[in-house]
Amino acid sequence: MSDSQADTMPRRLYRNAQSHPDSPAFAEKYLGIWQTYSWKKTGSEVRALACGLASLGLQRGDMVALIGTNRPQLYWVFFASQSLGAIPVPIYQDGIPAELEFVLNHAGVRFAVVENQEQADKLLAIKEQCPALEAIIYSDTKGMRHYPESFLYSYADVQAQGRQYDAEHADFFEQELASGQADEVAGIFYTSGTTGEPKGVQLTSANLLGSAEACNAQEGLGSADRQVNYAPMAWIGDHLFLSLSLSAGSCTSCPESRETLFADVKEIGPTMFFAPPAIWEQLLTSITIRMEDASRFNRWLFRHFMAVARRVGLDLLDGRSIGVVDRLRYALGELFIYGPLKNNLGLSHARLAITGGAPLGEDTFIFYRSIGINLKQLYAQTECSAYATLHRNGDARQDTVGPPCRGCDVQIAEGGEILVKSPGNFAGYFKNPEATREVMTDDGWLRTGDAGIMTDDGHLKIIDRARDVGALNDGTLFAPQYIENKLKFFPYIREAVAHGNSRDHVTAFINIDLEAVGNYAERIGLSYSGYTDLSQRPEVYELIARNIEEVNQDLSRDSSLSSSQIRRFIILHKELDADDGELTRTRKIRRATIADRYGDLIEALYSSKQEVAVEASVTLEDGRSSTFNANLRIHDAATAVNKA
Amino acid sequence: MTVDPQTKTGGNLILEVENISLSFGAVRAIEDVSFSVIEGEILAIIGPNGAGKTSMLNVINGFYHPQEGQIQFGGEVRRQMRPYQAARGGIARTFQNVALFKGMTTLDNIMTGRNLKMNRWATNIFAAAFYVGPTRREEMRHREYAERVIDFLEIQAIRKTPVGRLPYGLQKRVELGRALAAEPTLLLLDEPMAGMNLEEKQDMCRYVLDVNDEFGTTVALIEHDMGVVMDISDRVVVLDYGRKIAEGTPDEIKSNQAVIDAYLGTTASSATA
Repeated sequence: MSDSQADTMPRRLYRNAQSHPDSPAFAEKYLGIWQTYSWKKTGSEVRALACGLASLGLQRGDMVALIGTNRPQLYWVFFASQSLGAIPVPIYQDGIPAELEFVLNHAGVRFAVVENQEQADKLLAIKEQCPALEAIIYSDTKGMRHYPESFLYSYADVQAQGRQYDAEHADFFEQELASGQADEVAGIFYTSGTTGEPKGVQLTSANLLGSAEACNAQEGLGSADRQVNYAPMAWIGDHLFLSLSLSAGSCTSCPESRETLFADVKEIGPTMFFAPPAIWEQLLTSITIRMEDASRFNRWLFRHFMAVARRVGLDLLDGRSIGVVDRLRYALGELFIYGPLKNNLGLSHARLAITGGAPLGEDTFIFYRSIGINLKQLYAQTECSAYATLHRNGDARQDTVGPPCRGCDVQIAEGGEILVKSPGNFAGYFKNPEATREVMTDDGWLRTGDAGIMTDDGHLKIIDRARDVGALNDGTLFAPQYIENKLKFFPYIREAVAHGNSRDHVTAFINIDLEAVGNYAERIGLSYSGYTDLSQRPEVYELIARNIEEVNQDLSRDSSLSSSQIRRFIILHKELDADDGELTRTRKIRRATIADRYGDLIEALYSSKQEVAVEASVTLEDGRSSTFNANLRIHDAATAVNKA
Repeated sequence: MTVDPQTKTGGNLILEVENISLSFGAVRAIEDVSFSVIEGEILAIIGPNGAGKTSMLNVINGFYHPQEGQIQFGGEVRRQMRPYQAARGGIARTFQNVALFKGMTTLDNIMTGRNLKMNRWATNIFAAAFYVGPTRREEMRHREYAERVIDFLEIQAIRKTPVGRLPYGLQKRVELGRALAAEPTLLLLDEPMAGMNLEEKQDMCRYVLDVNDEFGTTVALIEHDMGVVMDISDRVVVLDYGRKIAEGTPDEIKSNQAVIDAYLGTTASSATA
C-alpha cells in the first residue's frame, strides 16, 4: 500500500504490516513478561476481530463502544471498527453507570467491547435502559463462565468466528478496508466538559493522522521510539499518542495494571512520555517525600545539587552557554543525583516529555527541566485532536504553552479568546449542530473558550478559562487557576479551589494529600483515624497555613497579584472527586458544582466564623451514596506586604 | 452421578469425616462429629468461639490426631494423617493468623506453594547449583503457574514486595495465592475475611467464588461473617461446644432453632436480637 492510499487509520496499520511486518506494534505485560505483537500479528488480530464483528451483524456507520484499561486488545477495537466503516466510541472506564448510560444512548451504541467482568457487570446493570445495545464482548474471561445472557461473547470466540467468516467471505475484508474514506468519522470522543452534559467530538482519520504526521515531523519521531500508554483510552491525549505510533510505526506499550505503572515505565524506558500535570506533580511529591526520609547526608546532597540544577540546568537544556565550573558541577550532579533520579522515574531515555490538559506549576516544570528531562507543554483540546501548540526543543518556558505546532495556526480574537486552526480541527459534535456552530467559525477556526495572549516571540500564553477570570471588588484581576496551581505545588496540597470573584479578598478550599500529610503525621507522632479526622487536626492546619503564607509571599512580589493573597481557608473533609461531579475525569475543577454544593462553606469563609458544620454526601463507584456530618475549622493566613 | 450445578448435590464425596472425637487432656474439643464435603462445593463451617472449628480443620489436614473416628480422603481411609500426606493428597490451607514468610517477596511466598509440584530430579541441590536445562525449564514452568496465580488475584503490583510490608488484607490474599499455587483439590480457609474492611471482604468473596468456579476447587471455610457465609456457601455445617448441631443449605440453617439458640443463647431467644 502506498502512502497516498494509507490515508485512513486502518489502512495505515496494514501499510505498517507490509513495510515493517516484524517490528513491534504493541506490547503488554502479562504473567510478568512483556509480550509483543508485531505489526503483522496486529494486522491479523484486527482482521479476525473485524470479521467477527461483521459476522455478529456490525454494519457501516454503527457505533462500537470500548471500555477498559489500556490493552492492545482494546486498541485493536479502534482499527477493527474503522476497517468496516463503523465508529469506535471509547468510554472512561471508571465512569459511574449514569455516565456510561448517557454516552451509550447518545451515540446509539450497538456493540460494546469491554475489558473484564467489572465492566461487563456495569453494562448489564444498565442494558435495559440502553435499547440500542445488542452485544457485549469481553476480553478477560475470568469470572464470566456462568453468565446466562446470550448477547455476551468472549473476545477470543468472536475472533475465531471472524477467522471462519473471513475464510467463507473472500475479499470481504479487503473491500471494506478499501472503501473507507479519510474524511469519514474515525472515532467519537466524549469530552468530560467542566459544564453541562458531555459532548461527542467527531474526529476523522484525516484529523488524527494529519495531526500525528505533523507532530512526528516536528519532533523527529520515528519507528524506534517507545511509549507507554496508560492514560484513559477515552482521553484524546492518549489517542494522540496512539496516532503518533501508528503514523511513525513505533511501539505502544501497556502497563500490567494501574498500580504497576511506574515500575513498568522504568522497564520500558520510554523515549516519549505524556502525562497530565497531576501525574508530574504526583511523581515530584513522591520524590520529595522520599528525600525527607533520606539520611542527612543524602538530603544535603540532594539540596546542594538541586540548587546547582536550578541555576544552570535550564540554560544547559536550552543550549545556552554556561561556565566551565558550573558545567563540572552539573556533571557531578548528573552522576550523583539527576541521573539516578531520571533512571528511577524511568525517564533516562525520554527525548520528549509532554504535559498537557491543565497548567503545570512553575516549580514542578522547572524541576523536571533542570534535571535534564525535556518537559514541554502542549496546549490543545479534544476538538482539535489534541494538537495546537507545543514548545520547541531548546525554547520551553513555564509561563507559555509554546508557539503553534507545525501545520497549526493560532490567533487571538477580540476579547482575548484563543482561536485555533489545526489539521485536527474536528468534524463537529455528534448530534449537536448548535454546539458545533458555537465553537467553529465559518472560516474554520476553533473557539477554545480560553483567554490568552501571544508574546512578542510568538509563544501562546494562557491566562485562564475565559469565563473563569474575574475581578476582586477593588477591580484587580482574579485568576483562580493561577493561585490554585501555586498551592498545588506543595506536596501536602492535592487540590485547591480559590474564591474571590466579586469579593473583597481571596479565600480557598484545600484538599490535603493523604500520602504526604499522613507521612508528616507519622513523623510528628500524630495519630488519626482517617482522611476526615486528619484533615481537621490543628497541626495539619498549621502545616497548610505555612504553605499558604509562602504562596502569599510569592503573590505579594507581583503588584497586580498582591491583592490576590489568601486571607482565610478551609481544609475540606473529603477529597474532591470526579464521582461526585466536583472534578472532571481529567481532574479539572467544576467551579459551578463546587460553588453550589459548598455554598455554605464559602459564605462562612467570608464571615467571621471559626467553624462550620457540614453534612456531606458521597457517591460510591457503584452509584450508591451515603451522607455524614463533620465540623470544619476555618483558619486565617497571614498576608505579606507588597515589597515592590 | 449427575451434579446439579446450582446446589452441587449429587456430586462425589471428596472428604468424609466420620465420628471424629478430639480431646486435649480433659478438654473435649470435638465430640463425635461427622460430615462430608462434596466435590466442587463451597462448605462453610460456622459456630460460636471455641466451638472447635479450627480444631476440625487441623484434624482434616493432619495437624491434630483425633482419638476416635476416621477420615476418608481421596478414596483412602485414615485414622490420622500427617500434614505432608494431606498436602501431597491435594489439601491446601490458609491460617487464621497469616502464616507467611514475612521477609520473602510475594512471588517467593507463592513459589513455595509449588514446592510439592517440583520435579525432585530437576530441582535437587546439585541440579539447582548448576542451573542446567531441565532445572531452568522446571523453574520456568513453576514461575508461569505462580504468575497465573498473581494475575488471578490481581497482585502484580506487589510481586516483588516483601510480604511483611504489606497491609493485612493483602497478606491474606498472598496466603490464598500460596495455597492456590499447590493446585489443591480441597482448599481449607480459616477465617479468610477476618479483620478486613467491607471492600476487602467483597474482593475476597469474589476470589473464593472465582477459585471454585474457574478451577473447580472444592472449598471448606471457617467464617464468622454470617452475611458472607450465607452469600457464598453451598452448604453449612454448624458446630457448638465440639458437637455438630446442624448441617444444610444456608436457608435451612437460617431457620434452624438449634443454631439460633447456639448463637443467641437459649434463654435469650425471646429477647430482641
